[in-house]
Amino acid sequence: MDLVCPAGSLPSLKAAVDHGADWIYLGLRDDTNARNFPGLNFDAAALTEGLAYAHARGRKVLVAINTYPQAGNWARWTAAIDRAAALGADAIIVADSGLMRYASHAHPGLALHLSVQGSATSYEAINFFHQHFGVKRAVLPRVLSLSQVELVVRRTPVEIEVFGFGGLCVMVEGRCALSAYACGESPNTAGACSPAHAVRWRETPAGLESRLNGILIDRYAKGERAAYPTVCKGRYAAGDDTYYAFEEPASLNTLEFIPDFGRIGVRAVKIEGRQRSPAYVAQVTRVWREAIDAWKAGTFALRPTWMAALDRHAEGSQHTLGAFSRPWK
Amino acid sequence: MKLALGPLLTYWPRAAVQRFYEEIAASPVDTVYLGEMVCSRRHEVAFEDWLAIGERLVAAGKEVVLSAQALTESEGDLKLVRRAVANGRFRVEANDWGAAHLLSGTRGWVAGPHLNLYNPQTLALVAELGATRWVAPVEATREMVAGILAQRPARLDAEVFGYGRMPLALSARCFTARRFNRQKEDCGYACMDFPDGMALETREGKPFLAVNGIQTLSAGVYCLAEDLAALREAGADILRVSPQSTDTVEVLRTLRAACDGRLSSYDARKALAALAPGRLWNGFWHGRPGMEAA
Repeated sequence: MDLVCPAGSLPSLKAAVDHGADWIYLGLRDDTNARNFPGLNFDAAALTEGLAYAHARGRKVLVAINTYPQAGNWARWTAAIDRAAALGADAIIVADSGLMRYASHAHPGLALHLSVQGSATSYEAINFFHQHFGVKRAVLPRVLSLSQVELVVRRTPVEIEVFGFGGLCVMVEGRCALSAYACGESPNTAGACSPAHAVRWRETPAGLESRLNGILIDRYAKGERAAYPTVCKGRYAAGDDTYYAFEEPASLNTLEFIPDFGRIGVRAVKIEGRQRSPAYVAQVTRVWREAIDAWKAGTFALRPTWMAALDRHAEGSQHTLGAFSRPWK
Repeated sequence: MKLALGPLLTYWPRAAVQRFYEEIAASPVDTVYLGEMVCSRRHEVAFEDWLAIGERLVAAGKEVVLSAQALTESEGDLKLVRRAVANGRFRVEANDWGAAHLLSGTRGWVAGPHLNLYNPQTLALVAELGATRWVAPVEATREMVAGILAQRPARLDAEVFGYGRMPLALSARCFTARRFNRQKEDCGYACMDFPDGMALETREGKPFLAVNGIQTLSAGVYCLAEDLAALREAGADILRVSPQSTDTVEVLRTLRAACDGRLSSYDARKALAALAPGRLWNGFWHGRPGMEAA
């Protein structure tokens, strides 16, 4: 089982490598990837150095080119693929089928991973990408239960990667225009959900308010932990109830499922958080490395120290097993 | 410009559905999309009932398309998609790549709005696989539609979401069941009490979203009545109207009159504002946030 860790910068990439990531995924410094945030990501020089650092230590690097190009800017995405191939990336993560076709023709030696943004939730969908483009690995949207993941693994030759830890999309990845609805930018087309420039925090007599493009996403009383204002993490009123209409802010933490992932044949576990600090990457990578190694050695038992270390990085200090366990089922 | 009625996204009692499509049969719509696209637990209208409604609409001169479920998680969900694909009578709208996979190589399927087709290269790919219609994603801008259709594959028509609460997101979770503290598997079909979705307001009382089971809709109503000329110019052939629980036929009549030039765009918008279950918005088409009026 491979450990796939995020890097939004060269220090994060080094932290991931140093603490035991098998694969490091990153994006280029533009809207060709779904974490298109100011100050984040890799230019050609940083990517070259990052690749050298990882390869010298036997690790692999994935370049996420996982947003959807449009008529006027297609060439920027194909240029990103060409650059990733030329610099020696071990694989690229792609969502758009047309781009996949481009990559499979232009760079037949470059491994293709299907991005979670490709929104393939069934083996039929994944097998489409395998049959047409030879996709080697697919990242599953965070909507399937363990038994549903198992069914997918059994019915496709494509390696399956699941999210293990980090920020959690409540909606199906690649099928959510909530951010575009509120502020004009969503992951699919702009590579960002609730971009920082549209977010405002304000102390008011009624509490701390978070707004997205002027829309009140939530208001926090003293002592309440505030969450970053994505539309799906807000509190709204339905009739007389004001509540987290979609989900309480929480982070995914599936450390306890490592033996289950192994048993059902999951090939890789992914840590979310290219926008997070090198310290986050280092600590989360270290814990997951130890846990996976313990499972490989047949000595896996959930250690309180692991959970404590991971809890420090959770949204609202809460962790959830997400769709894997489906408490809401 | 042709008019299409999109699939019924919300959950209505069987009798209401039957009555609704009887009215639609007599309405000025060209194409009707049928079937349960949102939630496999909904059972008021059986698959065979949808086929029968389809026959009724064909007899009334309508083109009928079966919409496949957009989010598939289980083998049971895939069975529903396979049944739609193999129906043998009507065209099928693919709303995920699993359905597209099953339809590949057959001719005449519809590449639905949830397939994420944003560029001409990807549209060309689905056209090669047999799609003959593209339904643009709901957040499509004028520039996007015009850009794609400037390189339109041969014999492929284009449909744009033009009226109705915007389908914005899908989830594994049921948010209507959540409101009533019910488990998804024991939801009591709470969504049936909200024929146009359950309204969510911000904490300062501003209409924002509408919950429809696992789907999230906009509170406001998308309306491109004032953008018909630009739609034509961009190359759109079909305008999609999403069903609402009241006055859908009047909405279709109004848009038909506007498309035919019998009603000014100003008057059409005014008439639709009186029929819509929320404020009218058209931001997406203008490259703006969806909940803005350009």
